[in-house]
Amino acid sequence: MSNEAATVQTAEAAPEEEAAPRGLGVSLPAADARAKTEGTFPYAADLWAEGLLWAAVLRSPHPHARITSIDTTHAREMPGVRAVVTHEDVPGTPVPGRGKADRPVFASEIVRHHGEPLAAVAADHPDTARMAAAAVIVEYEVLDPVTDPEQAFEAEPLHPDGNLIRHIPLRHGDAEAVGEVVVEGLYRIGRQDPAPIGAEAGLAVPRPDGGVELYLASTDPHGDRDTAAAAFGLQQDQVKIVVTGVPGATADREDQSFQLPLGLLALKTGCPVKLAATREESFLGHTHRHPTLLRYRHHADAEGKLVKVEAQILLDAGAYAGTSSDALAAAVAFACGPYVVPNAFIEGWAVRTNNPPSGHVRGEGAMQVCAAYEAQMDKLAKKLGLDPAEVRLRNVMATGDVLPTGQTVTCPAPVAELLEAVRDFPLPPLPKDTPEDEWLLPGGPEGAGEPAAVRRGVGYGLGMVHMLGAEGADEVSTATVRVQNGVATVLCAAVETGQGFSTLARQIVQETLGIDEVHVVPVDTDQPPAGAGCRGRHTWVSGGAVERAAKMVRTQLLQPLAHKFGMSTELLQITDGKITSYDGVLSTTVTEAMDGKELWATAQCRPHPTEPLDDAGQGDAFVGISFCAIRAVVDVDIELGSVRVVELAVAQDVGRVLNPAQLAARIEAGVTQGLGAALTENLRTPRGLIRHPDLTGYALPTALDAPDIRIVKLVEERDVVAPFGAKAVSAVPVVTSPAAIASAVRAATGRPVNRLPIRPQAAVVTGN
Amino acid sequence: MTLPTTLDEAVAALTAMPAAVPVAGGTDLMAAVNSGQLRPAALVGLGKISEIRGWQYLDGHALLGAGLTHARMGRPDFAALIPALAAAARAAGPPHIRNAGTLGGNIASAAPTGDALPVLAALEATLIVAGTGGARREVPVSHLLAGMDVLRPGELIGYVRVPLLHAPQVFLKATGRTGPGRAVASVALVLDPARRGVRCAVGAIAPMPLRPLDAEQWVAQLIDWDNNRAIVPEALSAFGEYVAAACIPDAAPGEDGTVPPLPPAVLHLRRTVAALARRALGRALS
Repeated sequence: MSNEAATVQTAEAAPEEEAAPRGLGVSLPAADARAKTEGTFPYAADLWAEGLLWAAVLRSPHPHARITSIDTTHAREMPGVRAVVTHEDVPGTPVPGRGKADRPVFASEIVRHHGEPLAAVAADHPDTARMAAAAVIVEYEVLDPVTDPEQAFEAEPLHPDGNLIRHIPLRHGDAEAVGEVVVEGLYRIGRQDPAPIGAEAGLAVPRPDGGVELYLASTDPHGDRDTAAAAFGLQQDQVKIVVTGVPGATADREDQSFQLPLGLLALKTGCPVKLAATREESFLGHTHRHPTLLRYRHHADAEGKLVKVEAQILLDAGAYAGTSSDALAAAVAFACGPYVVPNAFIEGWAVRTNNPPSGHVRGEGAMQVCAAYEAQMDKLAKKLGLDPAEVRLRNVMATGDVLPTGQTVTCPAPVAELLEAVRDFPLPPLPKDTPEDEWLLPGGPEGAGEPAAVRRGVGYGLGMVHMLGAEGADEVSTATVRVQNGVATVLCAAVETGQGFSTLARQIVQETLGIDEVHVVPVDTDQPPAGAGCRGRHTWVSGGAVERAAKMVRTQLLQPLAHKFGMSTELLQITDGKITSYDGVLSTTVTEAMDGKELWATAQCRPHPTEPLDDAGQGDAFVGISFCAIRAVVDVDIELGSVRVVELAVAQDVGRVLNPAQLAARIEAGVTQGLGAALTENLRTPRGLIRHPDLTGYALPTALDAPDIRIVKLVEERDVVAPFGAKAVSAVPVVTSPAAIASAVRAATGRPVNRLPIRPQAAVVTGN
Repeated sequence: MTLPTTLDEAVAALTAMPAAVPVAGGTDLMAAVNSGQLRPAALVGLGKISEIRGWQYLDGHALLGAGLTHARMGRPDFAALIPALAAAARAAGPPHIRNAGTLGGNIASAAPTGDALPVLAALEATLIVAGTGGARREVPVSHLLAGMDVLRPGELIGYVRVPLLHAPQVFLKATGRTGPGRAVASVALVLDPARRGVRCAVGAIAPMPLRPLDAEQWVAQLIDWDNNRAIVPEALSAFGEYVAAACIPDAAPGEDGTVPPLPPAVLHLRRTVAALARRALGRALS
């Protein structure tokens, strides 16, 4: 949902001008903005190949069952069916999952969640494939599902690896410390779905050498290739993933439950095989945000300074571990928020249940705890009779303060400045000068809203999230820059997911080499790996690699000239395709200096290493942290409990603005995704069964739900260890906005609001 | 797929192919087809039947074509005629749904959340059903929705006859969001000054719209019909509570005679209905 908004915005923001903007710090529009806006941009669902077969995946209707038999005879005999595969047809390792490898390609003995794949069919028509998949006869012995994460500790193991995926008992400071004021709370965060605008789709093409090429909207092509090669029993160089356009990614794409069956079918039939998931399959297949249960106790002194935070955090990982261990680390490390907390005792668990698997969705872990610790700060303010912004200001951290993990925050942490910026921004005016029937009240235009029952509330959220992989993950990206005939080309396996990496790469090369025309080559796994497109990785690691490669090309280009004129290359500059020296003696064009040569350079960027959290949850686990402050203004109809977010004022710590329009679009998209989690987005799974896997039942924010988003301040305090000093911007607004909205609803209603999304019942003020 | 141009041709086509399914806007039907829940052997498209895409006046009534789209019903000229139906049509979903979805389709789908249904129930609308050989019969909309009188094979809803009351009408719905959404509860309320009556229907909380008849009669006596339809403010709240309690009754008393409390979600729904009914009457009388 987000990247479409971003591209449209940049396309509008920068009309074609004679002198096109270029370089860093300008709003260069995305190269593919026009094609995406006009609908001519090809996504995986648009691909075609000669002799194409269609795939369908049979998914479990039960959340927990023992498989007594799988009979594919009828499906195989159906006319038009070319192949049926089950767990017996997986030539490689049957459990090739990413993160902690515990997720099978196809369920063989046990199904552990609703929607788990059991078999896949290739046929000459998509309907035939679906009917054949439905004709596979599976006999189940239905088992009781474990759907309450609190029950997972006591329940029979749902998997050979056990039900406890990770436990972090963080201990920091003095356990005996007590504060004069104590506030407690129990919070529940629902299951948000990434709900990408384009559902999963892919094309698998077998190769004559026995390998296979997968055309997918993958955001982690090399990770997906390694998983696929392991499952197919092939060498890594026999599997190639070609990244097609990514139709929306706020989480990992693509999901293994369809891409592995797709490749297996192509290998088995020797024909190209395509699958375009329906919306329902999309909801059943991909991973979701971790539903979380949090119990908090904050101790503070009489002035409101935090003394100690105790918390228990329980993440529902669903049936498979996936990346839940990372989410738990973030949840535990950021459990106290961007506040100075001398003593912290945080117990975190990620447990296995029979719910649909949870995984990476931006800001995972950090978003859930933000909603809880900000609720605690509101409670503290209420108990002390302080202004909610004031109690936060008394506790905010700054550079040099220590996280509960023992890590010192070395990057810029202008939290107080951010909070003051949103606090002091003028409040949106009340619509008293416009006619009453034009007011947009909770419930929508011409809705049931009545001015007399509407209360306005103002609330604050302060959020933080780490950038890049944590706990010793090897973060590295490789980029190549080529220049020929005055045109530069960038090769880097960093996927353009809508975050704007390819635009940024063009800007970096323009800035370094002074060349206007820069192309970014499509990504495949023949290029060296760049890591998954998440956690701000590509702005930092891949952007850094592109800059280094471009600088190497620059040196290659200027070295002969510098040598000839007896000056260093630093004294030469390239602008508008011309090379000039600092004193104006030398002036030539890039084309002349190139002299028909072709210049190539490849470089890597690898940030400083991190270390895993130890048994007490201590360690320098994060490369960098970004911060955000949001002030939410909401209107609540206190009889119906309907909430309309009027305005979100955002101040963010960005390090350096590299592309203002793109940056604004990322913040707006992130804030709106957070708004969905705060108000409407919750994939309900009563007894482990996904209810309403469609966009009617799962309500994403529409234009009417989205508030005015005011970017009040972007603090440009450069992070010295990051390339360009820039911080990643997409995740932290998602983390912060749900907390700010809940805080504002609390202020409007006086209700505790301890559950996200906020149900109308929780925002109603009853007389008694 | 056949595309008849008159109602009788459409009925003939349906009679000739009993397995065929009529389709107008397709906003409900095609979703069922696309998700594989419905595989109609043939479709009879109703989009070309111009006689059911407009409305006409008849004896103090409006005869609405079943093919009227929500977008058309939402326009000001229609709103001047039947304000509550226009309000329901405007609330019925995002623009692309309103452009396609039709009045007849809303009735035929009979989804509990159909926004037109409580309005038609409050208006006590009558359906004109077309049958084979040019036959026409009248079915009260509530009879159809309650399943007392169902469409027979080959029959189509042709028109909806709605009284023109020349008085304020209100449709309110609670959705839990600001953007378009399905109703959690909705209330349609119309005044009938000629008969000095109030008619009210509550939608979305039951398989069909509910009419709180006692509450209607009770509140109609409290309105000073000759004096700008004045009412004491307390009566508005009491009406809301009355409607809500009628539509969402207390649980049956246990063996010891105590009434178990309603679950919190049901209690919230009851409060929602009460607020909607109170606001609807307040707006109609203001």
